[in-house]
Amino acid sequence: MTEKAADRKPLLSKKIDKFFTGLADAWNFVRRFFKEVFMPPYEFKEVIHQCYRIGVESLPLISLTGFIVGIVFTNQSRPSLSEFGATSWLPSLISIAVVRAMGPLVTALIAAGKVGSSIGAEIGSMKVTEQIDAMEVSATNPFKFLVVTRVIATTLMIPILVMYTDFVALMGSFLSVSANEKVSMTTFFVQVFESISFLDITSSVLKSLLFGFTIGIVGCYKGYNSSKGTEGVGRAANAAVVMAMFLIFIEELLVLQIVNAIRAF
Amino acid sequence: MEDKVVEIRGLEKSFGDLDVLKGVDLDLYKGENLVVLGKSGSGKSVLIKIMVGLLKQDEGLMKVLGKEVSTLKTKDLNELRLRIGFSFQNSALYDSMTVRENMEFPLVRNIKNLTKKEITMKIEGLLDSVGLPQSINQMPSELSGGQKKRIGVARTLILEPEIMLYDEPTAGLDPITCGEINTLITQVREEYNTSSIVITHDLTCAKETGDRVAVLLDGQFDAVGTFEEVFPNAEDKRIKSFYDYNFINS
Repeated sequence: MTEKAADRKPLLSKKIDKFFTGLADAWNFVRRFFKEVFMPPYEFKEVIHQCYRIGVESLPLISLTGFIVGIVFTNQSRPSLSEFGATSWLPSLISIAVVRAMGPLVTALIAAGKVGSSIGAEIGSMKVTEQIDAMEVSATNPFKFLVVTRVIATTLMIPILVMYTDFVALMGSFLSVSANEKVSMTTFFVQVFESISFLDITSSVLKSLLFGFTIGIVGCYKGYNSSKGTEGVGRAANAAVVMAMFLIFIEELLVLQIVNAIRAF
Repeated sequence: MEDKVVEIRGLEKSFGDLDVLKGVDLDLYKGENLVVLGKSGSGKSVLIKIMVGLLKQDEGLMKVLGKEVSTLKTKDLNELRLRIGFSFQNSALYDSMTVRENMEFPLVRNIKNLTKKEITMKIEGLLDSVGLPQSINQMPSELSGGQKKRIGVARTLILEPEIMLYDEPTAGLDPITCGEINTLITQVREEYNTSSIVITHDLTCAKETGDRVAVLLDGQFDAVGTFEEVFPNAEDKRIKSFYDYNFINS
């Protein structure tokens, strides 16, 4: 007779055991993703469909947010710089802030809220209504169709959205700058590109890839492991957002340390 | 003796402290409609989920079409699954896809080299046979409960399974639609030459669709036989109350 899970005594305490079991589950989920992503059959059509949903359908929200961030950040920075008569440095300051940190972070946080929650809720509701079981009994791998496609789509689309956010935020900043100082668009963007380095752009793109992967995998993991009916679906969506945001901040901190170390080197 | 398509021996399954199946024995013969009856939570659905490898038994043998399900590798399990149709309690239609896409989904992933025309013909033929040809471009949210069940059955039939498993096919439906679903189950057996297990607690469904019925009580089959052998003169109080509630009280 196999040993029942309930008969096993907890190794440390129930809560600590549950935490480590959860970590092991999450690790196995990530491992399974990397195992299945390279194995045929490939669901190209579904990847494109998900890219459209994640990328194109996020554009209005991202545009508005990026634009406002650009304007607000410029307006907030102007008084400090004008005290030193350094308002001409605004394009440089904004470009560094937007490309290095604010663009990726703002986009990732918005995507975690919009895309992460929708992935968590969608897969969670498919789980509780047995749609995932239905895929499995029809000899289709639901992990490949639902998880792999969505994670690939978020990983590919977030860097593109980040670059778009950077552009929109810089446009917002330009409008704010040109309304107060006499600066042409060419002068503004020459100053912007003079201030940012190749390392800034590559680190921003690589960081965005990591953020995209995190948003996708966390949303899928929470949805795929949801239970307890509709209440579980709500919890999955909520947990997907909270966990993804938390991990994004940690990743931002780690990437910053690595990039600073490279810069110093 | 007729051919056995499913053979279950000493099957046990527990969830934590709860023993659901306690040594179940059952056979399903080729071409037969077997109805499994039992109270809610008695383990009826667990039994058919073990059959398709969605759950794993703790002990015992589950042989489907000559293969022990729990020992199969993913590839072999998927090959076996193609020979089994599973109609879910809530239909489990993919709610982001139209009826056509729902039916295409298992087909295009498992049968290669089909032309678009062949796929459409197959889908239209099946929708015709379940009486819903007009629903092809509808979303699941636009269908009634009975229509969803019919589409669910059509989706499982698209891979031409040898065994059909129906999980509570009449649950939550009005008596007229229940009658239509019961007719559909019988019609599927005749047209597609399937063997079926129908999981239900609806005795009318059992009477109309089953060649044999098996009553699952306290984790074991208490009575197995034709409806007339098991029910009208049942001596076991639990089986008798089951019959009385369905045919006398209601």
